[in-house]
Amino acid sequence: MQFDKELDACGLSCPLPILKTKKSLSDMTSGQILKVMSTDVGSVKDMQAFAKQTGNELLSTDQTDKVYAFYLKKK
Amino acid sequence: MGAPPDVALIDQQIQQRLDEILPQRLEQLLAERKANKTPSMTIIATKGTLDWAYPPFILASTAAALGWQVSIFFTFYGLNLLKKDLGDLKISPLGNPGMPMKMPFGPDWFRGINWNIPNAVQAVIPGFENLATALMKQTIKNTGVADIADLRAMSIEAGVKLIGCQMTVDLFGFTHDDFIPEIKEYCGAATFLPMAQDADVSLFI
Repeated sequence: MQFDKELDACGLSCPLPILKTKKSLSDMTSGQILKVMSTDVGSVKDMQAFAKQTGNELLSTDQTDKVYAFYLKKK
Repeated sequence: MGAPPDVALIDQQIQQRLDEILPQRLEQLLAERKANKTPSMTIIATKGTLDWAYPPFILASTAAALGWQVSIFFTFYGLNLLKKDLGDLKISPLGNPGMPMKMPFGPDWFRGINWNIPNAVQAVIPGFENLATALMKQTIKNTGVADIADLRAMSIEAGVKLIGCQMTVDLFGFTHDDFIPEIKEYCGAATFLPMAQDADVSLFI
Protein backbone atom coordinates (compact mmCIF):
# COMPACT_ATOMS: atom_id res chain seq x y z
CA MET A 1 0.00 0.00 0.00
CA GLN A 2 1.17 3.52 -0.82
CA PHE A 3 1.95 5.82 2.06
CA ASP A 4 3.23 9.36 2.56
CA LYS A 5 5.11 8.91 5.80
CA GLU A 6 6.46 6.02 7.83
CA LEU A 7 6.82 5.70 11.60
CA ASP A 8 8.93 2.95 13.13
CA ALA A 9 7.63 2.25 16.64
CA CYS A 10 9.17 -1.24 16.85
CA GLY A 11 10.42 -2.22 20.29
CA LEU A 12 8.27 0.39 22.04
CA SER A 13 5.57 -0.45 24.57
CA CYS A 14 2.18 1.06 25.34
CA PRO A 15 1.43 3.95 25.10
CA LEU A 16 4.42 5.05 23.00
CA PRO A 17 3.23 3.71 19.61
CA ILE A 18 -0.01 5.67 20.00
CA LEU A 19 1.72 8.84 21.25
CA LYS A 20 4.21 8.75 18.39
CA THR A 21 1.43 8.06 15.89
CA LYS A 22 -0.47 11.09 17.10
CA LYS A 23 2.65 13.21 16.83
CA SER A 24 3.45 11.97 13.33
CA LEU A 25 -0.07 12.69 12.13
CA SER A 26 0.02 16.22 13.48
CA ASP A 27 2.32 17.56 10.77
CA MET A 28 0.61 15.71 7.93
CA THR A 29 -2.21 17.04 5.75
CA SER A 30 -5.71 15.66 5.47
CA GLY A 31 -5.96 12.56 3.27
CA GLN A 32 -2.28 11.61 3.59
CA ILE A 33 -1.44 8.09 4.69
CA LEU A 34 0.81 7.19 7.60
CA LYS A 35 2.36 3.75 7.92
CA VAL A 36 3.14 2.74 11.50
CA MET A 37 5.33 -0.27 12.29
CA SER A 38 4.99 -1.76 15.76
CA THR A 39 5.96 -4.90 17.66
CA ASP A 40 3.59 -4.16 20.55
CA VAL A 41 0.83 -6.80 20.52
CA GLY A 42 -1.46 -4.40 22.41
CA SER A 43 -1.17 -1.84 19.64
CA VAL A 44 -3.53 -3.85 17.41
CA LYS A 45 -6.52 -3.08 19.59
CA ASP A 46 -5.19 0.31 20.64
CA MET A 47 -4.72 1.50 17.06
CA GLN A 48 -8.33 0.58 16.24
CA ALA A 49 -9.56 2.51 19.28
CA PHE A 50 -7.30 5.45 18.42
CA ALA A 51 -8.67 5.56 14.87
CA LYS A 52 -12.26 5.38 16.10
CA GLN A 53 -11.79 8.15 18.68
CA THR A 54 -9.78 10.54 16.55
CA GLY A 55 -11.54 10.02 13.22
CA ASN A 56 -8.33 9.10 11.40
CA GLU A 57 -9.28 6.07 9.32
CA LEU A 58 -7.41 2.80 9.86
CA LEU A 59 -7.22 1.53 6.28
CA SER A 60 -5.53 -1.78 7.00
CA THR A 61 -3.45 -3.79 9.43
CA ASP A 62 -0.82 -6.22 8.19
CA GLN A 63 1.40 -8.57 10.12
CA THR A 64 4.78 -9.90 9.02
CA ASP A 65 6.34 -12.18 11.63
CA LYS A 66 6.09 -10.16 14.81
CA VAL A 67 5.85 -6.76 13.19
CA TYR A 68 2.51 -5.08 12.65
CA ALA A 69 1.98 -2.45 9.98
CA PHE A 70 -0.90 -0.03 10.34
CA TYR A 71 -2.05 2.31 7.58
CA LEU A 72 -3.84 5.38 8.84
CA LYS A 73 -5.47 8.03 6.70
CA LYS A 74 -5.31 11.44 8.30
CA LYS A 75 -8.67 13.06 8.91
CA MET B 1 -70.23 26.85 20.24
CA GLY B 2 -68.89 23.34 19.94
CA ALA B 3 -68.46 20.86 22.74
CA PRO B 4 -65.77 21.74 25.28
CA PRO B 5 -62.47 20.09 24.42
CA ASP B 6 -61.81 16.79 26.13
CA VAL B 7 -58.64 17.77 27.98
CA ALA B 8 -58.06 14.32 29.33
CA LEU B 9 -58.17 12.85 25.84
CA ILE B 10 -55.81 15.46 24.45
CA ASP B 11 -53.39 14.84 27.30
CA GLN B 12 -53.54 11.15 26.65
CA GLN B 13 -52.87 11.62 22.95
CA ILE B 14 -49.98 13.98 23.59
CA GLN B 15 -48.53 11.53 26.09
CA GLN B 16 -48.85 8.68 23.62
CA ARG B 17 -47.22 10.64 20.81
CA LEU B 18 -44.40 11.82 23.06
CA ASP B 19 -43.73 8.27 24.16
CA GLU B 20 -43.41 7.34 20.51
CA ILE B 21 -41.04 10.08 19.36
CA LEU B 22 -39.14 11.15 22.48
CA PRO B 23 -36.80 8.18 23.01
CA GLN B 24 -35.48 8.38 19.48
CA ARG B 25 -35.12 12.15 19.54
CA LEU B 26 -33.40 12.03 22.89
CA GLU B 27 -30.98 9.43 21.64
CA GLN B 28 -30.23 11.60 18.64
CA LEU B 29 -29.62 14.72 20.75
CA LEU B 30 -27.36 12.84 23.16
CA ALA B 31 -25.36 11.39 20.27
CA GLU B 32 -24.99 14.88 18.79
CA ARG B 33 -23.86 16.28 22.10
CA LYS B 34 -21.34 13.50 22.54
CA ALA B 35 -19.98 14.01 19.04
CA ASN B 36 -19.53 17.75 19.54
CA LYS B 37 -18.10 17.62 23.03
CA THR B 38 -14.38 17.26 23.66
CA PRO B 39 -14.05 14.45 26.21
CA SER B 40 -12.28 15.42 29.40
CA MET B 41 -10.51 13.61 32.20
CA THR B 42 -9.23 14.61 35.58
CA ILE B 43 -6.78 12.49 37.55
CA ILE B 44 -5.71 12.74 41.16
CA ALA B 45 -2.14 11.44 41.45
CA THR B 46 -1.25 10.55 45.03
CA LYS B 47 1.66 8.13 44.79
CA GLY B 48 5.32 9.04 44.58
CA THR B 49 7.10 5.85 43.60
CA LEU B 50 8.61 4.78 40.29
CA ASP B 51 5.93 2.15 39.63
CA TRP B 52 2.99 4.37 40.49
CA ALA B 53 4.39 7.22 38.43
CA TYR B 54 3.30 5.33 35.33
CA PRO B 55 -0.51 5.15 35.48
CA PRO B 56 -1.19 8.90 35.64
CA PHE B 57 1.25 9.80 32.88
CA ILE B 58 0.31 6.85 30.63
CA LEU B 59 -3.39 7.60 30.92
CA ALA B 60 -2.95 11.36 30.60
CA SER B 61 -0.66 11.25 27.56
CA THR B 62 -2.85 8.65 25.84
CA ALA B 63 -6.04 10.59 26.53
CA ALA B 64 -4.39 13.71 25.12
CA ALA B 65 -3.43 11.72 22.02
CA LEU B 66 -7.09 10.76 21.65
CA GLY B 67 -7.96 14.45 21.69
CA TRP B 68 -9.19 14.66 25.28
CA GLN B 69 -8.66 17.54 27.65
CA VAL B 70 -6.72 16.32 30.65
CA SER B 71 -5.82 17.76 34.04
CA ILE B 72 -3.83 15.99 36.74
CA PHE B 73 -3.96 17.14 40.34
CA PHE B 74 -0.81 16.05 42.18
CA THR B 75 -1.24 15.73 45.89
CA PHE B 76 0.72 14.23 48.77
CA TYR B 77 3.43 11.88 47.46
CA GLY B 78 2.16 12.46 43.95
CA LEU B 79 3.96 15.83 44.04
CA ASN B 80 7.23 13.89 43.68
CA LEU B 81 6.22 13.29 40.07
CA LEU B 82 6.53 17.02 39.38
CA LYS B 83 10.05 17.46 40.73
CA LYS B 84 12.66 18.77 38.36
CA ASP B 85 14.77 15.67 38.92
CA LEU B 86 12.82 12.43 38.67
CA GLY B 87 15.93 10.40 39.45
CA ASP B 88 14.84 10.11 43.08
CA LEU B 89 11.79 7.99 42.26
CA LYS B 90 12.20 4.54 43.74
CA ILE B 91 10.39 1.26 43.85
CA SER B 92 10.17 -0.93 46.91
CA PRO B 93 9.39 -4.65 46.92
CA LEU B 94 9.19 -4.49 50.72
CA GLY B 95 5.64 -5.22 51.82
CA ASN B 96 4.60 -5.41 48.18
CA PRO B 97 3.65 -9.05 47.52
CA GLY B 98 2.30 -8.17 44.08
CA MET B 99 5.69 -7.29 42.72
CA PRO B 100 7.60 -10.00 40.87
CA MET B 101 11.33 -9.96 41.65
CA LYS B 102 13.00 -11.03 38.44
CA MET B 103 16.45 -10.33 37.14
CA PRO B 104 16.69 -8.21 33.96
CA PHE B 105 19.85 -9.99 32.74
CA GLY B 106 21.29 -13.43 32.19
CA PRO B 107 19.91 -16.44 30.28
CA ASP B 108 16.15 -16.96 29.99
CA TRP B 109 15.95 -19.62 32.71
CA PHE B 110 17.63 -17.20 35.13
CA ARG B 111 15.37 -14.28 34.16
CA GLY B 112 12.35 -16.47 34.74
CA ILE B 113 13.09 -17.05 38.42
CA ASN B 114 10.90 -15.11 40.83
CA TRP B 115 13.10 -14.32 43.82
CA ASN B 116 10.90 -14.73 46.82
CA ILE B 117 12.83 -12.72 49.38
CA PRO B 118 11.11 -12.49 52.78
CA ASN B 119 10.20 -9.03 54.06
CA ALA B 120 12.35 -9.55 57.15
CA VAL B 121 15.40 -10.10 54.94
CA GLN B 122 14.58 -7.20 52.59
CA ALA B 123 14.24 -4.87 55.55
CA VAL B 124 17.72 -5.45 56.97
CA ILE B 125 19.76 -5.40 53.76
CA PRO B 126 21.13 -1.85 53.34
CA GLY B 127 20.45 -0.40 49.91
CA PHE B 128 17.86 -3.04 49.02
CA GLU B 129 15.50 -0.40 47.64
CA ASN B 130 18.24 1.10 45.52
CA LEU B 131 19.08 -2.32 44.14
CA ALA B 132 15.42 -3.09 43.35
CA THR B 133 15.08 0.34 41.69
CA ALA B 134 18.18 -0.20 39.56
CA LEU B 135 16.89 -3.63 38.47
CA MET B 136 13.46 -2.19 37.68
CA LYS B 137 14.96 0.60 35.60
CA GLN B 138 16.92 -1.99 33.63
CA THR B 139 13.75 -4.03 33.10
CA ILE B 140 11.95 -0.89 31.90
CA LYS B 141 14.74 -0.25 29.42
CA ASN B 142 14.79 -3.89 28.22
CA THR B 143 11.06 -4.02 27.55
CA GLY B 144 10.80 -0.73 25.65
CA VAL B 145 8.62 0.88 28.30
CA ALA B 146 8.91 4.66 28.31
CA ASP B 147 10.99 6.55 30.83
CA ILE B 148 8.87 8.58 33.27
CA ALA B 149 10.63 11.83 32.36
CA ASP B 150 9.80 11.16 28.68
CA LEU B 151 6.18 10.35 29.42
CA ARG B 152 5.86 13.50 31.49
CA ALA B 153 7.45 15.60 28.75
CA MET B 154 5.09 14.06 26.18
CA SER B 155 2.11 14.75 28.42
CA ILE B 156 3.13 18.39 28.76
CA GLU B 157 3.73 18.70 25.03
CA ALA B 158 0.26 17.25 24.37
CA GLY B 159 -1.32 19.93 26.55
CA VAL B 160 -1.99 17.99 29.74
CA LYS B 161 -2.59 20.47 32.56
CA LEU B 162 -0.47 19.80 35.64
CA ILE B 163 -1.78 21.13 38.94
CA GLY B 164 0.05 21.03 42.24
CA CYS B 165 -1.58 20.78 45.65
CA GLN B 166 -0.48 23.87 47.56
CA MET B 167 -1.30 22.31 50.92
CA THR B 168 1.13 19.44 50.26
CA VAL B 169 3.83 21.87 49.13
CA ASP B 170 3.53 23.60 52.53
CA LEU B 171 3.16 20.36 54.47
CA PHE B 172 6.35 18.78 53.12
CA GLY B 173 8.30 22.03 53.17
CA PHE B 174 8.76 22.25 49.41
CA THR B 175 9.03 25.45 47.42
CA HIS B 176 7.67 26.03 43.91
CA ASP B 177 11.28 26.13 42.79
CA ASP B 178 11.57 22.37 43.50
CA PHE B 179 9.11 21.67 40.69
CA ILE B 180 9.08 22.00 36.94
CA PRO B 181 7.93 25.40 35.66
CA GLU B 182 5.25 23.82 33.42
CA ILE B 183 2.89 23.48 36.38
CA LYS B 184 -0.18 25.52 35.46
CA GLU B 185 -1.24 26.36 38.97
CA TYR B 186 -1.06 25.47 42.63
CA CYS B 187 -4.41 25.16 44.31
CA GLY B 188 -6.55 23.17 46.67
CA ALA B 189 -9.45 20.75 46.68
CA ALA B 190 -12.01 23.52 46.16
CA THR B 191 -10.47 24.41 42.80
CA PHE B 192 -10.01 20.85 41.66
CA LEU B 193 -13.43 19.43 42.52
CA PRO B 194 -15.43 21.61 40.11
CA MET B 195 -13.06 20.50 37.32
CA ALA B 196 -13.69 16.87 38.25
CA GLN B 197 -17.41 17.54 38.35
CA ASP B 198 -17.40 18.59 34.70
CA ALA B 199 -15.09 15.79 33.53
CA ASP B 200 -16.32 12.70 31.74
CA VAL B 201 -13.71 10.54 33.45
CA SER B 202 -12.24 11.14 36.87
CA LEU B 203 -9.65 8.86 38.40
CA PHE B 204 -7.90 8.59 41.74
CA ILE B 205 -4.48 7.03 41.44
